[in-house]
Amino acid sequence: MTELAIAFTLNGERRALRVPAHRTLLHVLRDDCGAVEVKEGCGEGVCGTCTVLLDGEPVSSCLVLAPRVAGRDVVTLRGLCEGDALHPLQEAFVAHGAAQCGFCTPGMILTAYALLRERPHPTRADVRRAIAGNLCRCTGYTKIVDAILAAAGPGEPRDGA
Amino acid sequence: MPAVPFDYHAPATLAEAVSLLGSLGEDAKPLAGGQSLLPLLTLRLVRPRAVVDLHRLDELRAVRRDGGTLEVGALVRHRALERGEGPLVLCPLLQEAAALIGNVRVRALGTIGGSLAHADPAAELPAAVRALDGTILVQGAAGARAIPAEEFFAGLLTTALRPDELLTAVRLPLPGPRTGHAVEEFSRRAGDFAIVAAFAVVQLDAAGRVAAARVALAGCGPTPRRLDAVERALVGLAPSEEEIRRVVAHRPLEIEPDSDVHASAAYRRHLAGVLTVRALARAAAGARAFGP
Repeated sequence: MTELAIAFTLNGERRALRVPAHRTLLHVLRDDCGAVEVKEGCGEGVCGTCTVLLDGEPVSSCLVLAPRVAGRDVVTLRGLCEGDALHPLQEAFVAHGAAQCGFCTPGMILTAYALLRERPHPTRADVRRAIAGNLCRCTGYTKIVDAILAAAGPGEPRDGA
Repeated sequence: MPAVPFDYHAPATLAEAVSLLGSLGEDAKPLAGGQSLLPLLTLRLVRPRAVVDLHRLDELRAVRRDGGTLEVGALVRHRALERGEGPLVLCPLLQEAAALIGNVRVRALGTIGGSLAHADPAAELPAAVRALDGTILVQGAAGARAIPAEEFFAGLLTTALRPDELLTAVRLPLPGPRTGHAVEEFSRRAGDFAIVAAFAVVQLDAAGRVAAARVALAGCGPTPRRLDAVERALVGLAPSEEEIRRVVAHRPLEIEPDSDVHASAAYRRHLAGVLTVRALARAAAGARAFGP
């Protein structure tokens, strides 16, 4: 078994710790860093609730080995807030009732955040495609898609969807 | 569940990685994007003594155009393929195939080399590379080899790679003029592996007749399959959808689908015919759009 020292940025703060090489980023975040806003669902990359942004891109933190994070930038849901102020996506989820049990919400919002950065005014179809890998077993997705579109705000029409 | 502990190596050069694999033998697993290996580790379906992490091997990230061929490094990610970054835009079939892989998170980390070496029979990229007549480049202690995709996929999750060899790149002939492509996939839910997927490339001559056609199927046997009889029968025809349907209906589909929890062999065979026609018809339409 290999143990190694890694340092990375978590929501803008530098973290340095020693981890066994076989630990996943998910467990580093939850168990070593106390970032329990990152949820463990399936543990095999399917459900999307453990989504974090790694150098800006959404990844399944359950499918990243800890050594891979050395020197990189990790953002969890908490990293989108400014102090106590919620991010506009979080506000939109609240306003649209897009969370029921809330377990999928961190992954949904981070995935939506990455989508809106790449495509600030997505169509409904863009949103559905972007969150296709994030499973919600409560709301049925309609309110989640509504919330993401509301957070994006009106933009230039694209393909009429 | 956490993976069973293993020794972790992150070699800095390809030579070092190959020599490590040579000395560790079957006890070691190379790690590329980790989107297949990590689930296998955490479900404890594999328990290697050592993991050789390839992420420092920047030499495997290159994409090069060399005359009529494109060489795609093993560590190029699905997202780069999907977005058609740099010279990858020259290979639209790869772009369309990559967009269908898993979910956006899998595509952010998964690599072309990892997918090819894992050789899942329902995966997109092995069948796409078969349809493109690709060549797999590998490096071992004994030297480098170039293996045609046809010989590379040897069986279920099994390739021609030896334990001390690493897949370094895939070489793809670039499409010529009047060439169209298409991928038609059926899966039950977004992000699922394909039940069946068809990957087609059609090149027309100046008169609008088929100069060459290639079609490969995923999900129809232990390895991706090419439909040789259909491909040969299409040459010289004006490829309307009716004509393609007639050819596919009257030629044997050289596939051996299995029944499993996802679909029966008979249903897979049915899908194979339908998706092959759709993919060839769309590829032919794309080729016609180039004009004479």
